[in-house]
Amino acid sequence: MAEPTRVDAVSRRTVLKGIAGAAGLVSIPAIIAACSSTTSSSAPSAAASTGASTPPASTAPGASTAVGTVHVGSNHSDPGEKGAMEAINAAFTKDTGIAVVLNTVDHGTFQDQITNYLGGTPDTGYTWFSGFRLKFFADQGFNIPIDDVWAKVKGNFTDGFAQSVVGNDGKVYGIPVDYYPWAVFYRKDVFADKKYTVPATWEEFVALCTKMQADGLTPIAFGDKDGWPAMGTFDILNLRLNGYTFHTDLLAGKAKWTDPKVTKVFEQWAKMIPFQAKDYAGLTWQQAADTLVQKKSGMYLLGLFVSSQFAATKKPEDIAALDFFPFPSLGTEFDAEKALDAPIDTWQIAAKSPNLATETDTAKAYLEYWAKGATQELMFKGQPGLIPTANDANTSSYSDLQKKAVEVVSAAKRITQFLDRDTRSDFAGSNGMQSFLLKFLADPTQDLTKYQASIQAFWDQLPPLV
Amino acid sequence: MSGPTPPPGASALPGQQTGGADVRPVGRRRRYSVLTRRDRVTMALMVGIPTVLFISFIWLPTIASIFLSFTNWRGISALTANNFIGLKNYETLFTTYPFFWPAVWHNVLWLVTFVFIATPIGIFIAVLLDREMRGTRIYQSAFFIPVVLSLAIVGFIWEQMYTSQGFINSVLGHTSSNTAIDFLGNPTINIWAVLVAAGWRHVGYVMVLYLAGLKSVDPTLREAASIDGANARQTFFRVVFPVMKPINIVIIVITVIESLRAFDIAYIINRGKNGLELLSILITNNSISEASLIGFGSAIAVVLLVISLVPIVIFLTRTMRGDST
Repeated sequence: MAEPTRVDAVSRRTVLKGIAGAAGLVSIPAIIAACSSTTSSSAPSAAASTGASTPPASTAPGASTAVGTVHVGSNHSDPGEKGAMEAINAAFTKDTGIAVVLNTVDHGTFQDQITNYLGGTPDTGYTWFSGFRLKFFADQGFNIPIDDVWAKVKGNFTDGFAQSVVGNDGKVYGIPVDYYPWAVFYRKDVFADKKYTVPATWEEFVALCTKMQADGLTPIAFGDKDGWPAMGTFDILNLRLNGYTFHTDLLAGKAKWTDPKVTKVFEQWAKMIPFQAKDYAGLTWQQAADTLVQKKSGMYLLGLFVSSQFAATKKPEDIAALDFFPFPSLGTEFDAEKALDAPIDTWQIAAKSPNLATETDTAKAYLEYWAKGATQELMFKGQPGLIPTANDANTSSYSDLQKKAVEVVSAAKRITQFLDRDTRSDFAGSNGMQSFLLKFLADPTQDLTKYQASIQAFWDQLPPLV
Repeated sequence: MSGPTPPPGASALPGQQTGGADVRPVGRRRRYSVLTRRDRVTMALMVGIPTVLFISFIWLPTIASIFLSFTNWRGISALTANNFIGLKNYETLFTTYPFFWPAVWHNVLWLVTFVFIATPIGIFIAVLLDREMRGTRIYQSAFFIPVVLSLAIVGFIWEQMYTSQGFINSVLGHTSSNTAIDFLGNPTINIWAVLVAAGWRHVGYVMVLYLAGLKSVDPTLREAASIDGANARQTFFRVVFPVMKPINIVIIVITVIESLRAFDIAYIINRGKNGLELLSILITNNSISEASLIGFGSAIAVVLLVISLVPIVIFLTRTMRGDST
């Protein structure tokens, strides 16, 4: 049915113009937001991909830029750590007059985007790990060596820490700033209550697990939904059974996963599995740590950061109850190494920073500032799980737990960085070693030869590193 | 009855004003165009700008990905001829990479579950709610609310339901870690747990689309069917369903797209491992991660592209051929 053509005051064209205008208005804030970066949880690669230089918010408003500026990128996204960063930057500006421009990125995102970040437009100073991953990026030319800074500050660090920041070419690429040990955590009050003693050898450990099981506790808490916690167990068993040299060789690809020494590790681990929480594959480490807090489990092999779950209860009796012991000795010659995982975080200088020419000196001053115990203590206040590396850090404020951690790590003759920091990232990822370890845990009685061969085959099919 | 027949002399586009028609004198043999210059500029901009954006943000990267899939580039150093390795990525992918075939299987499972279980349930609920019974709006809202949530939120919600200390295990009485059903960690059942969560949302989505379609079905058809003595089931399958053909095609396309796009929930739960491998997550974990295996990730992306092109090409050829009533 034909309708008479209407003569409208509003024509189709006007409506279309209106829609275009409205769309433009609505998109302007989105475009502005996309072109600038926020100071938290924005991937640093956003800068590289939009091509716009990002102005992160300054943490020292009104500070004099007379002496210079330094841009730093950090992954300290937890609220406590972020506050500590701001305090440190303010103190640095006060001491040196150098303004600090801070770019904070969510912890996990920072790691995922690191290749884009370092290859694109990184900040001049940035947080990173040590070990293989430091060496890898140094080899790619993403860092500048800081031997001159190190010469000034090396007296403040032990040999173990000094070793962790040296690249493959013998030059120093980072300043070690904090670490946390991996050990077996437990509740003192539960142990006192049920008359358990801290095991020193493997036999005592298994006996203790059996007793705990009879008492209705889950002997070993475990939460491996994220995949990486299982690496801690693998690391410590490999270190105790086969030694530090074999462990680092294995992770660097110099030893093979099909080696019978590796079979020993898995066989030893299979003896632990009956005592582990049965629902580990669906729990995060936080949920597993909660079972320790709630006295449903007896022990938990994890890093010192487990203390954050205890601190979250805000109950002094829980916080005071946390204690740990180093993983028991397995009766081999390598027990004497007292080796353990103690991942060390570092600060480094990016070679591809767009501001490198003007900021090299200020960045080196910044790194030197971080080498002081006083600076590291400020971060320690915001995150008590991260222990300062500097020798001149004031340990009087440490709790008993932290003092014990310092003792254990100082007594260790060999420190490793944790499996996923000591090896290639394409090997250790979610569809990589994490999956393989989960597969082992699901069926510890499987044919280990075939299983180990599948890991080696996965390593072999990885493309060359360059 | 397709719309008002345009008065003679007007343009073929209904509703367009003819006030600015470009009429050239007969002597100059120009084409009689009904579009003014302004019209043409506007159309050029409105079609041109999105096309340029589309090409530069979707098609050029796609072609670049296809090209990169033949290399082992890591995005760090410059791309040189040495990086070119031909079909090696695909060879590794189909033979030695242990996560590819499980991922393909999970995507197929996702597709089959959506096509044969989730979508039919959505259609069934739409047909039930079409009956204008009391409270139909409440039911519609209830079923539609999950659609409003992003898939990431759906993942978080169901993660809390499924964990061994969570809602479902508590209701079933399995509170100790030894007896809890490990919905998230058991590699045989966690894909089904995720499919329930994804289907929960998909059902509402399909329901709303189908309801809209059902409302447009001519009521006289249903009257005719009931006069002929058809019961509800026969009316639906013999009369309503064939008439809804355009909507059916949309539903099928959406179902296929949602199952190929499956990513969020599995990624939120455990980043796609231990029984939750999916092609989209494999791409992410290889390319957009610290591993930065851009060449290898691109190969997986090309595989996913080829798989996706199949239903798209089918859909387009059918609509272009214009087969309908």
